[in-house]
Amino acid sequence: MTTPHPISLEVNGERVEAHVLPRINLADFLREHLKLTGTHVGCEHGVCGACTVRVNGEIVRSCLMLAVQVNGASVETIEGLSDSGEISDLQAAFRERNALQCGYCTPAMLISAQDLLKAKSEPGREQIREHLSGNYCRCTGYQAIVDAVEATARARKSRDKSRAP
Amino acid sequence: MKAPAFAYARASSVDNAIELLSQHGERAKVLSGGQSLMPAMNLRLLAPELLVDIGALDELRGITRQNGVLSIGALARHVDLQNSPLITTHAPLLKEAIAHVAHPAIRNRGTIGGSLAHADPASELPACVIALDATIVVRGPAGERRIAAEDFFVGIYETVLSAEELLVAVEVPLPPSNATHYFCEFARRHGDYAIVGLAAQAVVDHGKFAELRPVFFGVGDKAVQVKVPALLGADVTPKALSEALQTLAEALDPPEDQQASGAMRRHLSKVLLARCVAKLLSRPDLATLEPA
Repeated sequence: MTTPHPISLEVNGERVEAHVLPRINLADFLREHLKLTGTHVGCEHGVCGACTVRVNGEIVRSCLMLAVQVNGASVETIEGLSDSGEISDLQAAFRERNALQCGYCTPAMLISAQDLLKAKSEPGREQIREHLSGNYCRCTGYQAIVDAVEATARARKSRDKSRAP
Repeated sequence: MKAPAFAYARASSVDNAIELLSQHGERAKVLSGGQSLMPAMNLRLLAPELLVDIGALDELRGITRQNGVLSIGALARHVDLQNSPLITTHAPLLKEAIAHVAHPAIRNRGTIGGSLAHADPASELPACVIALDATIVVRGPAGERRIAAEDFFVGIYETVLSAEELLVAVEVPLPPSNATHYFCEFARRHGDYAIVGLAAQAVVDHGKFAELRPVFFGVGDKAVQVKVPALLGADVTPKALSEALQTLAEALDPPEDQQASGAMRRHLSKVLLARCVAKLLSRPDLATLEPA
């Protein structure tokens, strides 16, 4: 009954085929099976947000999703977002503003922030706080994180403007 | 912690899901969005032997308007409710409530069917569907049952659903054009479960309530609908409101926990009802009425 199930999915653009036990959640699958350890595991019950990844383009808690549930899906982790250069400016802004200290929350914080920046070109600080409200940071007090996200939004906006014909 | 071992079956149809649930009864649990079930399993508060995953059942998705009702499939996610023009038009109460449900990553997975079947007494959606006078549609081996939302919830994490039944849809009657609503909750932090919350649907006609359905959550073992005849059909005077608040205080017997005492919850409930009445009638004078 509790036998492994075959799954086939895409992770950061690459096809992955595996056999997983039903109880393995997506976070552990990414970390243990695929060695993608940028996805962090904090509370394991959906509160801290450290395990945030993208599934089919939407942010989700990977500790609250089973690996068997992502059969046929496209999963993107911090490794994918980072390697593609999609968030290099956001990462630079985090570094510049000291928006991280221990770094445990950072990969998920970046993914959640990018999710907002994709949807809204100029989010206000309240909107940024609201969108990141499901991601805990125990070091920074959030101020610098909100600064970094705000600065990235502004920089992207002026970049897009200067590119416009 | 991590979930204990269990078996997993991906249902291929609603009938197949019901068949699996009939075979395994109490030992099985339905997996919808998993945003309440998975935490409970990871914390080992629940240890089902089998999960029946209904996530691939497209027949349970979608929000449609038909025959005078808004039909919401059980698998409609919080984010789907938030973005649906039909919900915005016909059930704005739901849209407003969703903004208080957890956080974006949770709302991308959590479903209305899952939230209602889970029946957390502090969660927003059970109160909303009672306020909206919705009908919960469930299917089991014996066919379909249609249950009024106010009869659906029994107690903490408990509904009238049997282990063989599946919640398939929620039907919300289309409101009249002069319908209005109110939603507010007190929580320690935005996105947390409410200490006390109020979801209300109303019809206001010439400055008077033709109808008012206030439903409180976080105040008992399930959402509590409070009858307020003193506020209906007539101009609401401070005295009438004061009486209604007194009736409310007597109707509620809120629990004490680490977040608030019973007395504090009762007080906050009165504050919420006064604000609700003031807002819906555009009578700011009533909101400042000091609840005794």
